[in-house]
Amino acid sequence: MSNVFAPGDRVRVREDFPPGHIRTPVYIRGKTGTVTRRFGTFENPELLAYRLEGPRKTLYEVRFRQAELWPDYAGAGDDTLDIDLYDHWLEKA
Amino acid sequence: MRGPHDVGGTPDRPVDPLPHDLTFWEKQIDALHALIGDDKRRISTRDENRRYVESLGHDVYNTLTYYERWTAAMCRHLIEKGVLTQDEIDAKVGEVRRRLAESGELELRAGEAEKLP
Repeated sequence: MSNVFAPGDRVRVREDFPPGHIRTPVYIRGKTGTVTRRFGTFENPELLAYRLEGPRKTLYEVRFRQAELWPDYAGAGDDTLDIDLYDHWLEKA
Repeated sequence: MRGPHDVGGTPDRPVDPLPHDLTFWEKQIDALHALIGDDKRRISTRDENRRYVESLGHDVYNTLTYYERWTAAMCRHLIEKGVLTQDEIDAKVGEVRRRLAESGELELRAGEAEKLP
């Protein structure tokens, strides 16, 4: 599978806007960050929200530079944001 | 497509960071949700509840408070699952509004009294 990652890997969040119950916030879509942790596999909440069954998804913690997320970011240049994302939202950067 | 809950990065009023106590009815809604979602009943799951809350639409979502959203979502959910009907909910709400009006805790809307059960 192409979306298996390890800490240190650079990943880009898919810039998709599917309907339904989505846990990947819009502000992070299309952004590039670095994998910091692999949490393990979990049921996919996008399916659970409809009582559907499907393959378990790997959840990662990904770190982004705040200055790359917000065009007018006024904090320190090395400030970061950590966010949990499922593997099907990530691709190799 | 951005749901009404997905507001990260959009302008809004300042966040009030102070902790606040839950009212009794808010605790009741939380408890009710836990009960209908327990292993015995499995009527509602956490993920389903989130979907229903997000599905309220921007206008309703932004008008209601947190647990008011849960309440509205739970009504729709219980109707779709066939647990309650809208008529049953309306009748109960009418009954409670009449009781609160009689005890002076609620002022009914003009012409409402005649329509209540």
